[in-house]
Amino acid sequence: MSASESAPILEVENLSVSLSGRRVLDQVSFSVGTGEFTGLIGTNGAGKTTLLRAVLGMQVHDSGVIHLLGRPRSKRNHLIGYVPQKINLDPDMPMRARDLVGLGLDGHRLGVPLRTRSRNAAVEASLAAVGAESFGDARVGQLSGGEQQRILIAHAIISRPRLLLLDEPLANLDLHSGQEIVGLLAAIATEQKVAVLLSAHEINPLLPVMDRVVYLANGRAASGTTEEVIKTEVLSALYGHHVDVISVHGRILVVAGHEGLDHLTMSHDEVPG
Amino acid sequence: MANAWTVATMVAVIAGVVGFFVVLRAAAFPAHAIPNGAFAGAAAANVLGLNPLAGLTACALLAAVGIGTLGRRGRHDVATALALVMMLAAGAVFLGLSQEYEPAIYSLLFGEVLGVSSNELLPVAGLALLCLGAVAALYRPLLLSSVADQLGEARGVQPYQLDVAFLVILALATAMTVPVVGALLIFSLMIGPPAAARAFTGRPPVAILLSVAIALVTVWSAIALSYLSNWPTGFFVGVTSAVSYATGRAWTRWSRPGARCSSMG
Amino acid sequence: MGFGLRWLIEPGFWSSSPVRVALVIGGCSAVVSAVVGVFTVLRGQSFAGHALTDVSTAGGSGALLLGAGPIVGFVGLGIVGAGVMDAIGVRRLRGRDLATGVVLGASIGLAALFLYLDSTSRATTGATQQILFGSIFSIQSSTAPVVVGLGLAALVLVGVLYRPLLLSTVGPEMAVARGVPERLVGVFFTVAMALAVGLSSLTIGAILSTALLIGPAAAAVRLTSRIGWSLLLASGLGLAACWIGVLLAYDSYDWNASHRSLPVSFFIVALIFSFYLASGPAARLRARSDGRRAQPPPTQVSAPGPALNPSPGG
Repeated sequence: MSASESAPILEVENLSVSLSGRRVLDQVSFSVGTGEFTGLIGTNGAGKTTLLRAVLGMQVHDSGVIHLLGRPRSKRNHLIGYVPQKINLDPDMPMRARDLVGLGLDGHRLGVPLRTRSRNAAVEASLAAVGAESFGDARVGQLSGGEQQRILIAHAIISRPRLLLLDEPLANLDLHSGQEIVGLLAAIATEQKVAVLLSAHEINPLLPVMDRVVYLANGRAASGTTEEVIKTEVLSALYGHHVDVISVHGRILVVAGHEGLDHLTMSHDEVPG
Repeated sequence: MANAWTVATMVAVIAGVVGFFVVLRAAAFPAHAIPNGAFAGAAAANVLGLNPLAGLTACALLAAVGIGTLGRRGRHDVATALALVMMLAAGAVFLGLSQEYEPAIYSLLFGEVLGVSSNELLPVAGLALLCLGAVAALYRPLLLSSVADQLGEARGVQPYQLDVAFLVILALATAMTVPVVGALLIFSLMIGPPAAARAFTGRPPVAILLSVAIALVTVWSAIALSYLSNWPTGFFVGVTSAVSYATGRAWTRWSRPGARCSSMG
Repeated sequence: MGFGLRWLIEPGFWSSSPVRVALVIGGCSAVVSAVVGVFTVLRGQSFAGHALTDVSTAGGSGALLLGAGPIVGFVGLGIVGAGVMDAIGVRRLRGRDLATGVVLGASIGLAALFLYLDSTSRATTGATQQILFGSIFSIQSSTAPVVVGLGLAALVLVGVLYRPLLLSTVGPEMAVARGVPERLVGVFFTVAMALAVGLSSLTIGAILSTALLIGPAAAAVRLTSRIGWSLLLASGLGLAACWIGVLLAYDSYDWNASHRSLPVSFFIVALIFSFYLASGPAARLRARSDGRRAQPPPTQVSAPGPALNPSPGG
């Protein structure tokens, strides 16, 4: 879990974003190195989606700079692959999983796609990379949540991006499927030399694979290795009141202390249906 | 009669292709509203003595841009509903100002495929080609953004611009089809066949071809039945579309009774 | 002043019996449509509401064919259509667009046939115009009690359903969790919608009745966030549009030399449309003057509560 010494692919400096007059991100700075696995951790509403959208160029920011490979981010960027938050798909939609993956290659281009050999090969390779060969011909809308997640990842990596952004990919998955996705992403990060920036509200599933963490709270961010950030002093400063960080059997508990031990609450792993 | 067949065939092809995207993007309401907007245009052209096709095209485009713009700020369905009734009411006034009231309303709303003259063929064919060209050009962004707007947006496809572009295609398709099957019935033709087609295949290009085929059968049989019975074409189009939708639903239920299985493709 | 009023309200306006009937029927259907419409807009069922208007077009033209009064067909087939739409899954968010569209398309087809038969088999002229665009000045005064009765029925239905309807509008899952028979509420609401649409079909015609259902409600929902106020405001806007529309149509008889009055429905729809357009800027102005108080509270993270969710662990 040590930060690699590689040159940063993404640098965010003093980024501030307001949504309808409310400051959602306040002077956020962090960087992501090539091939690094970074977890973007924060509660619902902490600004994770806004931050990812800003990096993608889908959200205007008030101030600050976003650099990709040392250059200011351009409008349309093929260096970034994106997996949005859970999307609701019509089960009857006439589109196979492989069609959606193929659109990751050229979905923004005009004209009808030609079924060239290289395009087919790229689709096959992407499906294989996420272990989705067996359901490539099924309709996307009829896949399970975990399967859809894999297809969306295949869609995002087919254009060979340098940075992969994922918005809460684990939110709607059970523990087991979540672990599979995390393992898959870690493998993709090493094999394809792509940096991963993944947002989540749970830190523990990411601990085995995460190189760095960006912790968002109150619109501000702390970043560094897990050991540097997930500490009582750092998180207490971020939240503006005292929190305790406890490590139990290799898992991390962030506990909000409030007026003594009586109100101490521990959050626990949630296993959504 | 030969003219009727030619025009009806072009209409079916356009309705099948554009309808595929209407169903994919869940744009049934705009697809219903824009033809009604075009009705006002035809009525206005009638009063002012202009070419009806020009009136239709202009007003259909106006309705498309109006729905896109109003829907951007407020609720899309509300904007669509209100734009729709406003255009209809305006159409009623224009028809009221002109002399021919009753039959004109009827044929504009419900169609008059048997009365197509040969000098109308060329402009209709032109619009059809324009429409097909636009669909082909936007094919991939339309498919991508119909899965999720964010996916397209992340690749630099602006959802609002694409939405308006699609509404404009819808308007072009409408303008050429209204004089043939009427403002109210082009909608049936854009919904029934594609909805049925998607039950049978999961591949987008195959679904489009199938949708065109079903639309062709619908239109041809409607014309033949209407010719034989003297009943309005629109009635047969509406009923055939509903039947093909029901068939598609039944097939879906029969072929995959469980949660999911792989598609046929 | 007296001259201005006289110019605005033509002599004979109040003493004309068709006008009085029009004001009663128009007012009644405007209020019912507005109240039902607020829920229609909040539930995102504008398209379903509009589809019901086309169903009632078929009903109206069918009733005319059988020699019954249009209102029987408007309301009767509307209720049948409501049932069909529910049965084929209009309630599900996915695919409801399509199911609605198919019902709509099929009923337009039927309407086309009925209107055709109306114009060929019977000597009635103007059936198309009467059914589609309304003929409020030619309604017999004996219809008024029926309209008022049906209007009251729709209002009572909404009143009885008020709380479960509101809950299932905000969150269907919450309603189910509370034991609300969500589906039944949906069906009854669709029936209320069919009643409202049937009544306004009489006033401004079947294919325009969407305007009375959606317009005032959409404007009201933009202007106030409180449901009670929006019901009142929508009713007010609907009434205003209806009555001013009737007045203008009556006046328009003298506007041109040929003495051909413009249709009432045009005025009503145009007024409603302008109310809706004006409601956007008005709402933005209000929001600006209210400052940011109406904004949702900032994220819960900063709230000093015992539960600090982001964390993980355990």
